[in-house]
Amino acid sequence: MVLAILVTQGVPLAISLHFGVWPPFSKLLAGLIPTIIVFWPIAVVEVLTYTPMLGSGGTYLGFVTGNLSNLKVPAAITAMQQAGVEPSTKEGEIISTLAVGASSLVTNLVLVLGVLLMSYLLPILNSPALKPAFANLLPSLFGALGVVFISRNWKISVAPLVLMIGLFLAMPKLPVGILIPCGALVSIGVARLLYSRKML
Amino acid sequence: MVDIRNSSFMFALGALVAVFVTVQSLVFMAAAWKEGRRIGLAPAIMKKALVGSGVFSIVPSIAILLAVLTLAGALGLPLPWIRLSVVGAITYELPAAETAAQAFGQTIKQAIVDPTIYSAIAWAMSLGSVFAMILIALFARSIQSGIHKTQLKDTVWSGLLITAMFMGLISAFLGSALGGGLVSILALLSSAAVMGGFGLVIKMTGLRQLENFAMPVSMIGGMVVAALFTMARAGGAL
Repeated sequence: MVLAILVTQGVPLAISLHFGVWPPFSKLLAGLIPTIIVFWPIAVVEVLTYTPMLGSGGTYLGFVTGNLSNLKVPAAITAMQQAGVEPSTKEGEIISTLAVGASSLVTNLVLVLGVLLMSYLLPILNSPALKPAFANLLPSLFGALGVVFISRNWKISVAPLVLMIGLFLAMPKLPVGILIPCGALVSIGVARLLYSRKML
Repeated sequence: MVDIRNSSFMFALGALVAVFVTVQSLVFMAAAWKEGRRIGLAPAIMKKALVGSGVFSIVPSIAILLAVLTLAGALGLPLPWIRLSVVGAITYELPAAETAAQAFGQTIKQAIVDPTIYSAIAWAMSLGSVFAMILIALFARSIQSGIHKTQLKDTVWSGLLITAMFMGLISAFLGSALGGGLVSILALLSSAAVMGGFGLVIKMTGLRQLENFAMPVSMIGGMVVAALFTMARAGGAL
C-alpha cells in the first residue's frame, strides 16, 4: 500500500517537477478542504464496510484501482456468490482477489485502448461546437446523480436542496467549495434527526 | 502558455500508471491463485471467478472510459485516464477537480490551460483520495480481525451517513447549476430526465445491465442538449 500511495501521489509530484509548476499551498488547501470534509469521512465508512467483504488482497487492489462501489465490489460479490464461498473466509478472500484483479485488468485494457483511440479524436474534443457540452459537465453529472440519491432517500434530500437552491438563486456566484460542507452538515443533521425519530 | 494537458510527458505518466496497475493486479492474482491451489480450491472455480469477473467488467469499464471523455475537455486525456485508473471514481474526481479549480478562480467548465492550476487540480485529486489508502495501510489487519466490525454496528446509520454526505455535495452543485443560467438548467434537467428514464426502463424490464450505462449516458445526454441548444441559439450549423 505504501508503494501505491507513492505512485498515486507521485503523479502530481512528477507534473510539478517536470513542468516546474508548484501551486501555492494556501490556495491548494482552500481547494482541497471541501473535498476532505465530504470524502474523508466517506473513506472511513467505505474502508470499514468493504475491507471485511473483499479480504486483504481484494481490499488493496480495489482501493488502489478505485471505482469500488460501481465495479469492484459488485464484481467481487458476484464472483463469491457464483463460487459458493463466503466473504471473510480464506476461500472468499482468494475469489475476491481474483475477481478484483481481473476486473482491474479489464478496466485498464479498456481505458488504454479507449485513450489510444480518443487521442486521434482530440481535435474534435477541442472543437468550439463541443465547448458548451464540456462547459455543462457539472450540471449534467449532478442532474443524474441527484435523481439517483433523491429517489434513494427523498426525506434526507429536501432540506439541503431547498437551502442550496434558495442560496444560489439569491446569489448565483457563490463558490461551491464553501457550500459543500454547509450542505453536508445540513444533510447529516437532518438525517440524524429523522433517524433518531425513526422517520427514516 | 504551453498546454501541458495532452503532452507526451502526461501520456507517458499515464502509461506508467497503467503498467503499475497491470503488474499489481497480476502479482496479487498470482499469489491468490497459488494460495487457492494450496488450500485445495479447484482451479476450475478460480478460473470461472476470474473470467466471470473480467466479462462482468467490460460494460462498466466502457462507462468509466466515457467518464474519462467527459473530463478530457477541461483536463486533457491523460490526467482523467490516470485518475480513473487509480483510487476514486467520477463522483469523486469531478467535484474534487472543480473545487480545486475554483480556489484559483477558474472552473473545469473551461479548458484548464494554466499549468499551475492544472498542477493544483492534479494535486487536489490525488491528495483528496489518499486517505482511504492510509487507513488501509494502518488499520486493514485490525479491521479484518473484526475489532472494528463492532464499531460499525449501526450499518443502517453508516449507509444513511454516506447518502447524507453525497446529498450535501449534490445539493451544493445542483444549486450552483440552477444559478448558472438557462443552458446549465437545461443540461441538468436533461440528464435528470435521461437518468429517470433509465430508472423506469430498468424497473419495467429488469435489465440490470443498463445500470452500468445510466450515469455516463445521462451525463452525455445533458452535455449534448447543452451543445445543441447553444448551437440553435447561435443560429449556427455544425
